[in-house]
Amino acid sequence: MSDISSILPSGSPPDFSSLAEIANVQDCFQCQKCSAGCPVAFAMDYKPNQVIQMVSLGMKDRLLACNTIWICASCYTCSTRCPNEIDIAGVMDWLRRTALKENVPVAEKGVSFFHAAFLDSVRTHGRVHELSMMAHYKMKTRRYFDDMKLGWRMFTRGKLRIFPSNIKRKKEVAGLFTGPGP
Amino acid sequence: MKASYYPGCALHGTALEYDESARAVARLLGVELVELPDWSCCGASSAHATDEALALNLAARNLTIAGTQGMDLIVPCAACYSRLKAAERKISGDRGRDSGFRVLNPMEFLFLSGLSVRLQELVKRPLTGLKVVCYYGCLLVRPPDVTGVKQYEHPEEMDRLIELMGAEPIPWSYKTDCCGGSLSLTRTDIVMRLTGKLFEKAIEAGAEAMVVACPLCQSNLDSRQEEISRESGNHYELPIFYFTELIGLALGHRDADKWFKRHFVDPRKLLASKGLVRGRSNEKE
Repeated sequence: MSDISSILPSGSPPDFSSLAEIANVQDCFQCQKCSAGCPVAFAMDYKPNQVIQMVSLGMKDRLLACNTIWICASCYTCSTRCPNEIDIAGVMDWLRRTALKENVPVAEKGVSFFHAAFLDSVRTHGRVHELSMMAHYKMKTRRYFDDMKLGWRMFTRGKLRIFPSNIKRKKEVAGLFTGPGP
Repeated sequence: MKASYYPGCALHGTALEYDESARAVARLLGVELVELPDWSCCGASSAHATDEALALNLAARNLTIAGTQGMDLIVPCAACYSRLKAAERKISGDRGRDSGFRVLNPMEFLFLSGLSVRLQELVKRPLTGLKVVCYYGCLLVRPPDVTGVKQYEHPEEMDRLIELMGAEPIPWSYKTDCCGGSLSLTRTDIVMRLTGKLFEKAIEAGAEAMVVACPLCQSNLDSRQEEISRESGNHYELPIFYFTELIGLALGHRDADKWFKRHFVDPRKLLASKGLVRGRSNEKE
């Protein structure tokens, strides 16, 4: 499998036209094995095989705005099974990161809010503190009461810590956050 | 034997019983787990999904600490394992040399160290009559060029361990299907459809419980069964074990009851019906 990130020198993400070349999307013969094996294809606006075809046709704007790149669960079934060794999940990663970088409105806001809340917690504590991360996520999505019962039952089972487990060198971790983030 | 240990954030919270049972099994095997000093979050799928450099750097910080310890690094969480292993491959590839230690999940560690043989000798209470399906999910096996797994569509390590403990691992076709863990809080509708299918297929295969090695799979499968039952009209009450819990139970560890209490679907009813734990109504051992 050709993994995009292993081919590139660190810190120089490809532009859209070189993505098609690096990911070898031209090798795709539309066997649709990726979409057939994708567990979440039913919830996507474009199926994985369509995404690969759209990359090869240069349909950047539609791709950055679609919900597929946020619904993708990064399970790697597509990349693992592709007979032409196209790293389809890697293409999804690239599209998602580029959508954020170029400030394209996110089709699945909940998913990017979750990533933001998660990474905020890491930046603050060095580790994820689940309780405050969930609170943060709920503030952002305004879905305050979803999963309240679940949270309470986790708490009574000793699974939600009240206090974060902070690390000693928090600044060292915070210093790794240089990008704009979700 | 000594090894570095990276619990990761989930094992300090929602997957406490995975941490407790993994440490307990290690002690019984005479393995000293040295928690990585001042470890930080691996970045998980949130860093990976949004910022490539951040994902690499968050994982690399922990790998640097592990390098100073000079021992193999055991990573029980499948998501942490995948992130750390991918970063380790990338860094040693860039440098053109080995990092000097291996990133291993606990199953790999048991087989590579030969301790799986020792495990069998230590069994005090074989889990006879317990029918389970082993569920590996995504990140323990995929992508195979990161994990190095050869049988990535049909892994068998967990099945072999469970068999050594005397339980019956039932073959099924959904071992590596995704449970949707990364969408658990954000697109619960999708997740319930995926987990519902896994329950249905597990029961169809004849399983009484599922065994996992990932805190996200466990919590995703364990915590929403009531909700899925309500919405689908099927009644699901399938205990979801960490494989380390079943090993601990078979090895007669006295804390097993404490681990099981943390589950949403209490597995003690099933275990009592097999005579594997003391039940309230069934006092015989």
